[in-house]
Amino acid sequence: MSERSYPERPESVYFFGTCLIDLFYPGAGMAGIELLQREGLNVIFPQAQSCCGQPAYNSGYRDEARAVARNQVRHFPKPYPVIVPSGSCASMLRNRYPGLFEGDPDEGAAVGFSKRVYELTEFLVHVLKVELTDLGPPMKVTWHGSCSMQREMGLREEPRQLLAQLGNVDLRPLERERECCGFGGTFSIKLPEISAAMAGDKAGDVERSGAEVLVSGDCGCLMNIAGTLEARGRRVAPRHIAEFLWERTHDKG
Amino acid sequence: MTKADFRAGAARAVGDVQLRSNFRRAMDGLMEKRAAQFADGEELERLRTLGESIRSRSLARLPELLVQLENNCRENGIQVHWAETAEDGNRIVLDILKRRNAKTLVKGKSMVSEEMELNHFLEAQGIETLESDLGEYIIQLAQEMPSHIVMPVIHRNTAQIAELMERKIAGVSYTENPDELCRIARKVLREKFYKADAGISGVNFAVAETGTLCLVENEGNGRMSTTAPKTHIAVMGIEKVVEHLQDVPPLLSLLTRSATGQPITTYFNMISSPRRPGEQDGPQEVHLVLLDNGRSRILADPELRPTLRCIRCGACMNHCPVYTRVGGHAYQAVIPGPIGEILTPQLRGLDVRGDMPFGSTLCNACVEVCPVRIPIVDILLRLRAEANSPEQGGSVKGAGAKREGKEAMAWKGWQAMHASGAVYNGLSRLLAKTGNMMPGSVGPLKAWTATRTKPRFAARTLHQMTRKRGIPDE
Ligand code: SF4
Repeated sequence: MSERSYPERPESVYFFGTCLIDLFYPGAGMAGIELLQREGLNVIFPQAQSCCGQPAYNSGYRDEARAVARNQVRHFPKPYPVIVPSGSCASMLRNRYPGLFEGDPDEGAAVGFSKRVYELTEFLVHVLKVELTDLGPPMKVTWHGSCSMQREMGLREEPRQLLAQLGNVDLRPLERERECCGFGGTFSIKLPEISAAMAGDKAGDVERSGAEVLVSGDCGCLMNIAGTLEARGRRVAPRHIAEFLWERTHDKG
Repeated sequence: MTKADFRAGAARAVGDVQLRSNFRRAMDGLMEKRAAQFADGEELERLRTLGESIRSRSLARLPELLVQLENNCRENGIQVHWAETAEDGNRIVLDILKRRNAKTLVKGKSMVSEEMELNHFLEAQGIETLESDLGEYIIQLAQEMPSHIVMPVIHRNTAQIAELMERKIAGVSYTENPDELCRIARKVLREKFYKADAGISGVNFAVAETGTLCLVENEGNGRMSTTAPKTHIAVMGIEKVVEHLQDVPPLLSLLTRSATGQPITTYFNMISSPRRPGEQDGPQEVHLVLLDNGRSRILADPELRPTLRCIRCGACMNHCPVYTRVGGHAYQAVIPGPIGEILTPQLRGLDVRGDMPFGSTLCNACVEVCPVRIPIVDILLRLRAEANSPEQGGSVKGAGAKREGKEAMAWKGWQAMHASGAVYNGLSRLLAKTGNMMPGSVGPLKAWTATRTKPRFAARTLHQMTRKRGIPDE
């Protein structure tokens, strides 16, 4: 959490893309990799990676979650930091793996792995101390910090610090910005009425912010809020923070 | 009675516009008041650390502390009774009332008596019980359950209360003036206090070293219920004991500031004995009923034990985005909201209320405010695992009761797809090619697409993109 101590800038890092990004937002994953490469890092993407296991874990299916988690633990063996473009998956890998593997032959490896996990904006700010130059046009933007990013990873300021470096971006405040958007993984399917009510309220707050773009660090929330906005015929573009930062700061020419 | 089910209750509540706006407004106010009390974040964290350690320490020594409490209460002249189950507790109360030939009864607010369904039990025995807390009195008039553990009638606005009082109390005409409404209730209650044969109250903290029962309240009805009638019966869950008198002030401060945003409540009662010779007032008899009702089982499991640290401040529900949307009744349980989601299934069994731990987005808003730092999300996750456990006979009653063949199979399929890099690569590519052809109107997607557009699979996965770009694999 906030008291975490950070290592020196490494030469190589692993990238854990997350299954949502892999299937629905691969551009966000590519952008995350490019942000890291631009800082001179050697980025490794193990092709055997799949999912952190959170969907089954949060649903109470721990054996199934562990089987999937084991696949990740085994394919990130070297002592490099593991960078994750999602607060939610980062928290699963970092905070839940040790308990999930308690008493398991892979416990040592899982604990070692979990200690090397960093959420992307956390790593950009605290380890790489990136400096960004905004090349994009003026734009009104609002930020949705996911619950896991804020409350499980303790990352509230990091994404804002990055967005604040973009001179042409007008970061609009979001009412009730700390309140959950109602995604909650399988919650959105199991308790759809409450989830829809929460997403609807959040979408309304996003609209009222006057932003043209909704930026978040978690694709689950983006899918939920943007899907609701879109179903209502509203035009607010969803962007993962990695993609947003990369789009605005790399020289396209 | 049909089986209690949170989803059904919530679906009904979410469509009730009036209810939703009542809750949103009330919860916003409570959150603001609490925040104003804890402007100094460092002081708050120090106090939470202290509160957590007091409660953990008490629970670690619970069996000895209860014996100490019993001995000291007896020495003070308080009669102590042990109740294993809610039924035992009800019978103990009834026996006391019968011995005193008591027919009418006033009650201060007590969540444990709700857990025992004491009113219901006593009424069936021909004993008239009257709730004396204003909120409890109103819901008794309406024949409802409390919708909040601190503010039982928070689901109703003033107009709805005015209408109810006009309808239910003889000779009362409609008024929305809150002072006037209070005056009407006070008049009814005052009379009952003097006539009642016995008073019943809950207990917020019981001090083992002195044998003192502490009662926190705002209306003076707690003091009246415990002093005006000849017999006072206090009912408490066994977890409410603390070691020392000095443990009380920090917990009291955390309780009132977290609950209602008050630096302290209007009344704080410390009951240490019945009327002594030469004293002018106070009950002739004081009884303490200690209720277990499943608490020992919770205590025995180190991962679940923190549930019992709860001081019933209600902050977790005030800050819960789910509770705020649906209100307390949707839970169909005595204790709603996040604490209810972890406590109720443990007390009543996962076979009865295994649905409750799933009624959360796991957003951690409750964990962030809980004054005794109960890891509510960790316990929710544990209970979900226990509810779906392939083995029966875990430490929570009804373990494995929620497991369904179809869902278990779906997760096995999910595991097969994600536990091997080769299988995952093959299937994810297939999804990228064909996933968008899946109709959005069937299966699990149907719930999603009722209010949202269908998620669109990208043409190529990140795995494919990184391979094409030559990003190293190891
Ligand atoms: S769980 Fe914590 S926040 Fe909720 S009522 Fe109990 S003490 Fe208060």
